[in-house]
Amino acid sequence: MKQALLEINNLCVDYVSPNGIARAVNNVSLTIAPGETLGIAGESGCGKSTLAFAIARLHKAPGLIPEGEILYNGKDVLKMSDKELRDFRWNDVSVVFQSAMNSLNPVITIGEQLTDVILAHKKVTLKEAKDKAVELLAIVGLPGDRLQSFPHQLSGGMRQRVVIAIALALEPKLIIMDEPTTALDVVVEREILNELYDLKEKFGFSILFISHDLSLMGEIADRIGVMYAGNLIEIGDAKTVFSKPSHPYTKGLISSFPTIHGPKERLYGIPGDPVNLLRLPTGCNFNPRCSDCMDICKKDEPQLLNLTADYQAACHKL
Amino acid sequence: MNNLTASDANPSVPHHESEFKQKCRAAWKKSKAFFHGNPPGIIGGFLITMILLGALFAPVLTTHNPDKRVARPHVAPNAEHIMGTTRSGRDVYSQVLHGARKTLSVALFAGIIATVIAVAVGVTSGYFGGKIDEWMNFITNVFLVFPQLPLLIVLAAFLGQVGSALIAVLLGITSWPWGARVIRSQTMAIRSKEFIISAEVMGESKLRIILVEILPNLISIVFGGFLGTVIYAMGAEAGLGILGLGDATEVSWGSMLYWAQTSSSLYTGAWWEMIVPASALALTGGALALLNMSIDQVSNPKLKTGPHLKLWKKLNKEADKRRGLV
Amino acid sequence: MDTNNTPEVVLSVKNLIKDFPIGQSNNKKNFMRAVNDVSFELRKGEALAIVGESGSGKSTGARVLTRIFDKTGGDIIFKGQPLDQFVKEHGTLEYARQVQMIFQDPFGSLNPVHSIFHHIARPLLIHKRGDKKTIEKLVYELLELVGLFPAVETAQKYPFELSGGQRQRVAIARALAVDPEVILADEPISMLDVSVRLGILNLMADLKDKHDISFMYITHDIATARYFAEKTAVMYVGHMVEWGNSDKVTQTPQHPYTQLLLSAVPEAGKSGRRELGAKKGEIPLWRPTSKGCPFAARCPRVLDKCSESFPAITKVADDHFIRCHNILI
Repeated sequence: MKQALLEINNLCVDYVSPNGIARAVNNVSLTIAPGETLGIAGESGCGKSTLAFAIARLHKAPGLIPEGEILYNGKDVLKMSDKELRDFRWNDVSVVFQSAMNSLNPVITIGEQLTDVILAHKKVTLKEAKDKAVELLAIVGLPGDRLQSFPHQLSGGMRQRVVIAIALALEPKLIIMDEPTTALDVVVEREILNELYDLKEKFGFSILFISHDLSLMGEIADRIGVMYAGNLIEIGDAKTVFSKPSHPYTKGLISSFPTIHGPKERLYGIPGDPVNLLRLPTGCNFNPRCSDCMDICKKDEPQLLNLTADYQAACHKL
Repeated sequence: MNNLTASDANPSVPHHESEFKQKCRAAWKKSKAFFHGNPPGIIGGFLITMILLGALFAPVLTTHNPDKRVARPHVAPNAEHIMGTTRSGRDVYSQVLHGARKTLSVALFAGIIATVIAVAVGVTSGYFGGKIDEWMNFITNVFLVFPQLPLLIVLAAFLGQVGSALIAVLLGITSWPWGARVIRSQTMAIRSKEFIISAEVMGESKLRIILVEILPNLISIVFGGFLGTVIYAMGAEAGLGILGLGDATEVSWGSMLYWAQTSSSLYTGAWWEMIVPASALALTGGALALLNMSIDQVSNPKLKTGPHLKLWKKLNKEADKRRGLV
Repeated sequence: MDTNNTPEVVLSVKNLIKDFPIGQSNNKKNFMRAVNDVSFELRKGEALAIVGESGSGKSTGARVLTRIFDKTGGDIIFKGQPLDQFVKEHGTLEYARQVQMIFQDPFGSLNPVHSIFHHIARPLLIHKRGDKKTIEKLVYELLELVGLFPAVETAQKYPFELSGGQRQRVAIARALAVDPEVILADEPISMLDVSVRLGILNLMADLKDKHDISFMYITHDIATARYFAEKTAVMYVGHMVEWGNSDKVTQTPQHPYTQLLLSAVPEAGKSGRRELGAKKGEIPLWRPTSKGCPFAARCPRVLDKCSESFPAITKVADDHFIRCHNILI
């Protein structure tokens, strides 16, 4: 059994707001193996982005991590010193954010942004950095003359490729991607996905892929974890999660996507509205919207049960 | 619309008839919320209220006539004249309170004129765009480069003396461009929002859209601009006064400074004659600036420095301790 | 729906053209063509989905239909009358009443300073639907119709107190307030949470079926287009390239662009690189002077004449049309 690249144990992330303390991530534990793609699915407020930020210790006030550990190759990220953290960030873990336009500096050229990243972490000359930048652009399928372009001169798809190139700059072992293709058209999204497949084969990095698009995850991920209101409620191999989900929320989520080729029938999705983290119900967070709700669901919070060696779900029905 | 389920309105919930009462209650709640956890707002609001009350009730709060000689000249502050007397033997305390009326009314009047023009120009320009926008921009730019104080000085020199009403008007019609610009860009931002397009598609008249849909969203910047103009106008009025271009016979903070200047009060040791009106100006300006700051906090909640941040710091430290980092 | 009973056409568009000026030059203005030669029909109680990526002109088309923009060319016929004539006879207010629009951004479509009651009462007041008491009753009825319970409590709230899905329901209630014939929905669910989207789609489907309202559903998601609408039209760079019965268009697409769209959609279980058939290319900027088919630069079946003229309409099956020079059957 290969040692996990990333191991998260009982992680909790809280947000202190004027109206109370909201627990955005509640007692989440998961592992990512080297070269594996783990997808985290969920809707807004489920905590997936918070989880991603916490791994790279990007969370800021008023967020805080009261409990838990994040072990990267056995070392706890939360205990790292500033120097260790600097080495860790981008060399080992890099992040691709949702909207490329928000991650790229609009007044600096693409080339400069790439060389900035390289020079910040490696002691190389400017020329060497520039050469590496051209190499990186080629890897993501962009011509080298784009080094002189500004972000607004590129299309949405091209910008996202640049962001991926920046993420790859130091050949990290883990790339966290937070909804990387949500803002893109479907054809452009497919091109980016093709790139990602190629890159994965070439470099062998792990991906933590966050999205609300379950079909996308069913395609690209090896394993899928589903989050709701801060809890990890189901996690297992992608095929099973998608075709034989165990948790009522996962079932509801999958049935919320009309398919192109399936039978044309009325779907019902999930009733109700996404939960307010400051006013969580007692017992299972999902019980107000659950069609299989039992009495115990309103009293006790379900824990993750091992349905098989690699598959877990948190529901009283199981 | 058939198939509708009728429902009886819940009688315990206030009905639409008492909407005015509802609105008053909501406004009171909002103002309480405004001051909560908002130190600049509380301090600024308190100071300004005190100053306004002082100005309003000047005749009641002072026993001496500010224009008459009531004691020996340059008497130091004592029990009878708590802020001393001027070179002409007039009570400084009475002067500063009565002077507040003049100075503040000029500043407020100028502020109102400038704000009204700024809103009219800014909103029209931002909402209609096109040719109207081009023309309005041109006019705004012309007024923007108007040298206000030199204009007033020249006018004063020409007319001999400029009354405060004229000062207020002139300040008002020359300080609106800044506000107009800001309001214009805010209006343009709101204009492209879908609720405006929706109102247009609904058939709402353009005037109503401006007054009812756009304007309420601009209140915080309009009010901020108003306060800024008032501070500026106050300073300008005082500036003119100290140069002797205002009406030196009327009591205002500017004219007090003028007389203090000509009687070399600091030089002769009668510091109270100069310091009192100067402090009054500084205090009022500061209070208005604090209020301005507090409005920023309301419109951008991220700037709020509430008690929850203290709690965050405490919890964060505890977590670090548990982790063995501290 | 048997052919004897085909519902009547409510809104019909023929050869619609819309140009926008770009750039700033004093003498000559450059124009870009956002919509080029688009024709379609909207029938009573039916939904037409317009599918396209960004830059396809689908939103612009809707805004021309609601008179936010003026058309540059072509005809718009509402209930048998040319649009200008209808407006002249019945007034802009009447057209606004009959053709309503709901927008993509639930956070932008409601004014933050007004209560929900105000938002729904306003159209009722503008279109004089009754006195104060009647209007109040109608507001609560509408809120219940779109599934916002309890209606009275919701009406007192302000937009920031509602979730995205709830705001979108308010927007729908507002559009419904005046009893419209047609509702144009511009990407109404793309900014909502996944579990909420279906609720909104189902609500719109109910309104379509039970109240006989025609819908024009604009989206980039071809799966929801098939789920909700009876007819689907696919647009590329302002041109309508394929349209007809939703099932036929989505299951047996004939136009290379539609085929490209469908092959690009992620599918669970089909992992791995997927070649797209179409060449990689940027979406071109179309001008009034541009010629030919906009897809020519990327089309796997491109012929010489594709750069010269935009293809004529070909009927490939019953209620299934495309515009292509190189049709493979």
